[in-house]
Amino acid sequence: MIEIVPRGTMRPRIAILIPVIAGLAALLLAAVPLAFAGAPILPAYAQMASGVFGSMFTVTETLTRATPLIFTGLAAAIAFRARLWNIGGEGQLYLGALAAVWVGTGMIDGPPILMIPLVLAAGAAAGAVGLLGPALLKTRFGADEVVTSLLLNFIILIFVQMMLEGAFKDPMGLGWPQSEPILDSAVLPTLVDRMRLHAGFLIAIAVALVAHAVLAYTVWGFRIRAVGGNAAAARHAGIGVKRTILGVAIMSGACAGLAGVSEVAGLKGYLTSDLSPGFGYAGIVVAMLAGLSPIGVIAASLFVASVFVGADSMSRAMGVSSFLADLIVSMSLICMLVGGFFARFRLRRRTTRAP
Amino acid sequence: MSGSILAMRGMTKRFGPLLAADSIDLDLYRGEVLALLGENGAGKTTLMNMLFGEYTPDAGEVRIRFPGGDEEILPPGQPQAAISARIGMVHQHFTLAENLTVLDNILLGTEPLFSPKRSRRRARAGLHRLMETSGLNAPLDVRIRNLSVGERQRVEVLKALYREARILVLDEPTAVLTPQEADSLFAAIRDLLGDGLSVIFISHKLREVLAFSDRIMVLRHGRMIGEMPTSEADAGGIVRMMVGEEQARVDRTVGKPGAPALGLAEISVPASRGHRGLFDVSLTIHEGEILGVAGVAGNGQSTLAQITSGLLQPGQGTISIGGRDVRRLSPARALREGIGRIPEDRHQDGIVADMSVAENLVIERLDSPEIQRQGILRRSAIAAHARTLIDAHDIRGPGPQARTALLSGGNIQKLILARVLEAQPGIILANQPTRGLDVRAASEVSRRLIEARDRGAGVLLISEDLDEILTLSDRILVMHNGRIAETKSRDRAVIGAMMTGGAAA
Ligand SMILES: Nc1ncnc2c1ncn2[C@@H]1O[C@H](COP(=O)(O)OP(=O)(O)OP(=O)(O)O)[C@@H](O)[C@H]1O
Ligand SMILES: [Mg+2]
Repeated sequence: MIEIVPRGTMRPRIAILIPVIAGLAALLLAAVPLAFAGAPILPAYAQMASGVFGSMFTVTETLTRATPLIFTGLAAAIAFRARLWNIGGEGQLYLGALAAVWVGTGMIDGPPILMIPLVLAAGAAAGAVGLLGPALLKTRFGADEVVTSLLLNFIILIFVQMMLEGAFKDPMGLGWPQSEPILDSAVLPTLVDRMRLHAGFLIAIAVALVAHAVLAYTVWGFRIRAVGGNAAAARHAGIGVKRTILGVAIMSGACAGLAGVSEVAGLKGYLTSDLSPGFGYAGIVVAMLAGLSPIGVIAASLFVASVFVGADSMSRAMGVSSFLADLIVSMSLICMLVGGFFARFRLRRRTTRAP
Repeated sequence: MSGSILAMRGMTKRFGPLLAADSIDLDLYRGEVLALLGENGAGKTTLMNMLFGEYTPDAGEVRIRFPGGDEEILPPGQPQAAISARIGMVHQHFTLAENLTVLDNILLGTEPLFSPKRSRRRARAGLHRLMETSGLNAPLDVRIRNLSVGERQRVEVLKALYREARILVLDEPTAVLTPQEADSLFAAIRDLLGDGLSVIFISHKLREVLAFSDRIMVLRHGRMIGEMPTSEADAGGIVRMMVGEEQARVDRTVGKPGAPALGLAEISVPASRGHRGLFDVSLTIHEGEILGVAGVAGNGQSTLAQITSGLLQPGQGTISIGGRDVRRLSPARALREGIGRIPEDRHQDGIVADMSVAENLVIERLDSPEIQRQGILRRSAIAAHARTLIDAHDIRGPGPQARTALLSGGNIQKLILARVLEAQPGIILANQPTRGLDVRAASEVSRRLIEARDRGAGVLLISEDLDEILTLSDRILVMHNGRIAETKSRDRAVIGAMMTGGAAA
């Protein structure tokens, strides 16, 4: 018989090592499906690596891909810290994108210094509203936010499709359901000549650093950690638990909304209903990989984005399915959970004896 | 007595710089009750956790002698091994799953998760037999959430006995029990000793220890410093051994009541699942007095405390502070009005276990400019503040930045007291303030409550410990069935009768 024995306290160094090892293990495990797909293993890894680190182009592409993940990862991490289970990042992302399009395609115009903050603010606000609803239902009526925020994703997506067929439809779009292009003055500038990497990446990093500082160094962050740690004790200590949860909902939703703005105003230039290939959901994985730490979210997003970009390039070169990327990301999450388990518990062979 | 059935040798456990157990030897004999005493943080729980395999000792071994005469060294760090060597442990804090029934909780870990109906029926029959022989009763099909603490404690003991424990460890089993509940628990366990059960029992209540144990061992700072048969022990000697000095008795001094500080008028609360109701409760706490509320737990004291802390809004009645009516008392409002609150359930309401000791010490005053400036925490000020309070209140543990979960039970209580008293509140709600504290810490609390009263604070002291009520209170109220009545008597028998529903005297 094998039994499970808890270990003593976890050392911080191990806490950092676990995700790293988990990621590497997942990459190694990817050899199995690769072999099944008939691809030569080592060249496949080489292709994957060069697909990420091979050139200025691939590096910037990876960072571009990481950008929305940082935002949605932060959305999940911040909410989860307060035990607000926001599964609606995807919907909030689309709300943010929708608001950016609404404000940024001709409603008003001005110099970039005005327009860019304006679209960012509009998108953040829209995302915040998207989570505020479920959060209010939770604090008022005790409705489970997992359900409400998740279901809202589908409603919002249909709403976006409706707007793209109607009010927001581009008359010059040859009938395609897409929005008018974002005004030049509202487009996030690119960071490297002739590359797609845009200012959204820097904004994402800045937001992550701010989130970290807020959690660790401010009274507001103290309240969030207290509510997440023990809501009953927080309430007893005079902390407004509901207020804190609503505030967290605003922060979290705003982060997800920014993901939408950054994709529309930084990358695509206009809104379609396939703007996000599930960045909102991937954000949850990123947050878990990051151990809910905002700084960790940056690292986890870079990892997940590398896997996606690398596997993409490999699958194109080797002719294997690009679903492999999803597989590796899922496996690294599983490795992470298993690793976390082994950091806290040990397996022992049980010695059986006659009583 | 026959040879020992359990021998622990050289048990040592270090937590960072802290030597929580320092080569401790312990023997336990068949059919005896061994009391393990020591100050808060002396290492009692740590030692028992090593016995039960929850902590892996840094050094030392646990030897078990089976009835046949076989000996075995328990593999360290394996609760399963301890269970199969028939060691049962009732932890200082409940380890029951709130949402499961009593039966499920008892079977948890002993049976496969989805055991067929038949084996459950067998288990149920076995438990009924066990309840009959042990005299410990618990409703098998009720969820733990709906049980009183006394019932939960019985479930914990039943759970250990159901696994046929020969060695039963009770870590402060009576801390949350009323004296009556404690007595019936002891009586039940006494009956089992004849069948070969041996008990290790941790408590801070000397009266219980003297009445119930056969032998006493004393720990101090992780060391075993003495041992004696209970028949040769007396309370004074034990305390001297535990703390290394003579215990200054807290004497009753009389307060000088002033103006009304806190008044409750005709408060009624309908009963609900979470709490017992209150009927027409009126009381006034004056500045400079300690108002004691005696009563058997579960007669509405928790509801009274919840209302005074701002956690519960009364259905009817008014609350006034310093003569002004307060429309809606919230915890934040209570703090602003200068009500310091010592909650009954320190783990649930008192601390955020995953936050640091320093953070828990400031959690009630986040708005204070000493703690923050423009919303930014002043971390060095918070750390310095923690060091001051840790020194002043003798809070022992791994330091101000450690997670509060790592403190011993009594030291968590000291943390809460430090936080409350430091704010110099004008009104203090002390709900079971000395629960789980060692004698010295408990009398320190009594001293501080009296000190607070003498500087003019009004204290509402809720306690199941009648001695505590009698020593500290200037006036005494008795709660029974959600009603409250004042008594002028200081006679234990009279108050006892009122507590169980007898006429007021
Ligand atoms: N896992 C841990 N990590 C760090 N320190 C610990 C840990 N467990 C216990 N300690 C420390 O070891 C010391 C002994 O704790 P222990 O719980 O054994 O005390 P105790 O004698 O049971 O006290 P009490 O009467 O208050 O329950 C305390 O100072 C406590 O803070
Ligand atoms: Mg203890």
